[in-house]
Amino acid sequence: MAAKLAAIFFSMILVNNYVLVKFLGICPFLGVSKQLNSAVGMSVAVTVVMALATAVTWPLQQLLVRFDLTYLQTIAFILVIAVLVQLLELFLKKFIPPLYVALGVYLPLITTNCAVLGVTILNIDEGYSYIESLVCAVGAGLGFLLAMVIFAGVRSRVEAANPPKCMEGLPITLISAAITALSFTGFGGIVENIFGV
Amino acid sequence: MNKKASIVWNGIFKENPSLRLVLGTCPTLAVTTLAVNGLGMGLAATFVLICSGAVISALRNIIPSKVRLPAYITIIAAFVTLLMMLVKAYLPALNSALGVYLPLIVVNCIILGRAEMFASKNKVLDSALDGLGMGLGFTLTLVLMGSIREILGSGTLFGLNLHIPMDPMTVFITPPGGFFVFGVLMGLAILLENYTGHRMERKQSCEGCPAAGMCQGEEEA
Repeated sequence: MAAKLAAIFFSMILVNNYVLVKFLGICPFLGVSKQLNSAVGMSVAVTVVMALATAVTWPLQQLLVRFDLTYLQTIAFILVIAVLVQLLELFLKKFIPPLYVALGVYLPLITTNCAVLGVTILNIDEGYSYIESLVCAVGAGLGFLLAMVIFAGVRSRVEAANPPKCMEGLPITLISAAITALSFTGFGGIVENIFGV
Repeated sequence: MNKKASIVWNGIFKENPSLRLVLGTCPTLAVTTLAVNGLGMGLAATFVLICSGAVISALRNIIPSKVRLPAYITIIAAFVTLLMMLVKAYLPALNSALGVYLPLIVVNCIILGRAEMFASKNKVLDSALDGLGMGLGFTLTLVLMGSIREILGSGTLFGLNLHIPMDPMTVFITPPGGFFVFGVLMGLAILLENYTGHRMERKQSCEGCPAAGMCQGEEEA
C-alpha cells in the first residue's frame, strides 16, 4: 500500500509531470514563470486547489455513479471547481489575509486551468481509491511546482540571451521548454524500478 | 470579400487562435502526435465553438454580466458533454486517442475567449461564423503540427507509410518534440509577419488569456 502510494506520488512529480509530459496547465507555465516568486505562488495555489478539488469531486463521482448520472461528470466537476475556488478566495480573504495577499491574485485564474479539471477526471479514469486520488493530486501539484521553479530559472537565462529576431519571446521560450521537457524524459521507468510496482 | 466571409477568414488566418492569439496551447501540444488526432481534436473544438458561440450570443442580453463566467462555462460544458456522447458512440477510436483532452475542451481558452471577445457582443449568425472560422484555424494548425510530428516522428502521414529513406526521429512524437515543433512554427509565423509587415504582439498566456479579464472583473465586482 505504502509502496503503491509512493509510486503514484513520485511518478506524478517526475515521470508523468503534468506540465512537461501531459501538457496540462501550459498557460500558467508560460505566463507566470518569468519570476520565481510568482511561479511559486501560482504553483502553491494550484496544488491547494488540486487537492481540494479532488477531495470534493471523488465522493461526487460516487454519487453520480449511484444515480446513473456519470454523463454529467464534466459539467458537475467544472462547476464544483469554480465554486470551490470562489469559496477558497472568500475564506482566505476573511480569515488568513496574508495568504490571500500572496495567493489571491492567482486563484481566479485557476478555475479555467486545465490541470485542475484534468487531475480530477484522470483520478476517476485511473480508478484510484480516495487516498490514492489525494496523493496523486498533491503529487501533480508538486510536480507542477517543480516544473515552474526549474523553468523560472531557465527563463531568467533565456531573457538575457540574444536569439534570432523572429524567435524572440514566445518561440524561444517554447524551444527552451522543449529542452527542459527532454531532461524529464530521463526519469522514464525510474519509479517502477525503485518501488517495484 | 463580404462581411460574413471575412468573419470566417479572420479566424483562419488573421487571428489564428493557436499561432497568433496563443490560445488553446495545451491541446495543440498534447494531441498532435498524429495528424488524424489533430484533425479530430480540431473538428471537435469547432463543433463546440459554433454551438456555444450561437447560444451565448442568443442569451447575451439575458445573462447578467456578474455571473457570465459560470454561465458560459455551463453552456460550453453542456455542448462538450453532447460531443463526448457522440464521439463515444460513433468514433470510439478517436475517443480513446484524445482521452482526457476531450472533456478538457470545457476549459479550452479559445472557446471561453471567443465567448467573451466575440459572442457576447455580436449577433447569433456572426458568432456562429466566428466559431467556424476560429475552429477551422485551430484545426488547420493542429493538422499542420500533427503532420510535421507524424512525418518526422513515425515516417507516416494520416497512417500512410511515406517510405522516407531514414529512420523516424521518435523524439518528435514525445512531449519535448511538441514544444519544439510549436516553437519553430510560431517562429516561422513571426518571420512571415515581419516579412509582410503585420507583426502581432503575442501576449504570454495568463495576461493574454481572455479569461483573465473576466477573472479580474469578477474579483472587483
